[in-house]
Amino acid sequence: MMIDVSNLSKSYAGTTAVADVSFQVERGEIVGLLGPNGAGKSTTMRILACFIPATSGAATVAGLDVFTQSDEVRRRIGYMPENNPLHPEMRVREYLKFRARLKGLGRARSRERVDAVITQCGLESVNKRIIGHLSKGYRQRVGLADALVHEPELIILDEPTLGLDPSQIRSVRQLIKNLGRRHTVLLSSHILPEVEMTCNRVLIMREGRILAADTPENLQRAFGKNGHLIAEIAAPFEELKTCWEQMPELAHYTISAAEGDYHRCALTLAGSHDLRPKIFALVVERGWKLRELSRVRHSLEEVYIRLTRPESEEETL
Amino acid sequence: MQACMTLIRREVGSFFCSWIGYIVIAGAMFLMGLSFVTLLDKLQGEPASMPLTELFLGGCFWLILLFSAPVITMRLFALEKSSGTFETLMTAPVSDWQVVIAKFTAAMIFYMLMWLPMLACVLALRYFARGSSLPNPGALGGSYLGIFLIGCLYMAAGCFASALTRSQIVAAMISFAFGLAFFLAGFLAGPLDLQRGWAAQALNCVSVMGQMKDFARGVVDTRSIVFCLTSTLFFLFLACRVIESRRWR
Repeated sequence: MMIDVSNLSKSYAGTTAVADVSFQVERGEIVGLLGPNGAGKSTTMRILACFIPATSGAATVAGLDVFTQSDEVRRRIGYMPENNPLHPEMRVREYLKFRARLKGLGRARSRERVDAVITQCGLESVNKRIIGHLSKGYRQRVGLADALVHEPELIILDEPTLGLDPSQIRSVRQLIKNLGRRHTVLLSSHILPEVEMTCNRVLIMREGRILAADTPENLQRAFGKNGHLIAEIAAPFEELKTCWEQMPELAHYTISAAEGDYHRCALTLAGSHDLRPKIFALVVERGWKLRELSRVRHSLEEVYIRLTRPESEEETL
Repeated sequence: MQACMTLIRREVGSFFCSWIGYIVIAGAMFLMGLSFVTLLDKLQGEPASMPLTELFLGGCFWLILLFSAPVITMRLFALEKSSGTFETLMTAPVSDWQVVIAKFTAAMIFYMLMWLPMLACVLALRYFARGSSLPNPGALGGSYLGIFLIGCLYMAAGCFASALTRSQIVAAMISFAFGLAFFLAGFLAGPLDLQRGWAAQALNCVSVMGQMKDFARGVVDTRSIVFCLTSTLFFLFLACRVIESRRWR
């Protein structure tokens, strides 16, 4: 068990940022904290990174309590805060060296680790540049390199792709995915595809509470109402129509003409089970040609929107 | 210890990465030079009635101290807080007091570097002046001790002021107010008509102005040493508590 949070609450003067949150993260997992702004993601992360204490509840990292053994915990954590603050007047290598030494690495070890993270984060070409002159993408990588430099067991990244362009997001995402092999990663985001693609597990938060915690696939299955299938089949229109009408599992269908003999059928399923084998068998039986058969997955987005919609809004809908 | 050294190195380095460090040193050197020229002018006339160091430090020391202390210390915490690096700093395995001590030490190192040019003035004097008008080593040592001790007090007050806020300007103003209060304490006795009694004594102890006069003459009074050191520790303790306060808010 890497992180064990139980009944964690944090209130600032008057407002409750995190309310009675409990979750666990296993070693080697990449977990995404997802939620709208002000959901308590950053607060939860700050508590885990020992920056602020919780009002009540307990949290342990690698079996160590974050309040009483904070020094030990901080040695095991690589934390990148929101907006990735850096010292703009320092040079990349100089800054990483400073951070490595600050985190207690020896002289030789810090040199070795700085070299390693510079390669790992693709900073070779800018390692002598001044941080303030770097592009946002490179600065983000410097922040990541800083979080990694002491080989922490747990890496906490608060909005690691905030303000990056799509290709930069892709490279940061790839970097995070690679981290999952050796480290446990907890990251927060309000960008869904990012979490969907990088994380093994998602925790959805709203107003300081965890609403759902599962793998992205399970969440889609549990919250996606109906499945959709797309099939492109070369068959006479009428025959297709009767076929779909006779199929009880279908709630709704539309057929549109595609190039050649093909028809594109968009099928809405009544239940949640997979109809694809059945359709394939049907095509084979009739001797039609099939060139596409795919399931349109409910994106995590729908799940997310449904879960994080404020209650007042839910009532009106 | 390693964390402290690392932090001190970065802090001292960052003074020289920005214009602030150079501007402060240039300003201090200008005032010292001005004071030196006035001193030479005085020496042309009759023999000095008081030790040279006292004559030299009388005005320029206070001007330099009062203005440089806020400028040196304002960025220590305020800048880190406003840029957010405070969060990365405090989530590294360093304790609050390590950070405070490191920042204070860095400010002191810079402050003492700023006073180095005074030695050049002494050397120049030694080269041009004859026997009687040379500053005696005791007075010179005393002056540097005074500069150091009173500097400690002002830097610690500045650290505290900087820890209080995230705006460098506010930090500088608070620290200037502290500095001015200590400086003016000595003058209060007159207008308040306090000649004796505990209030007069207390004011006398707090008056850094009188203390510096003694130091510059080469008189080392344990009372002033104790006062400077304890109030330095007090301000550092307060700064530590302010840094810690994020944990109980």
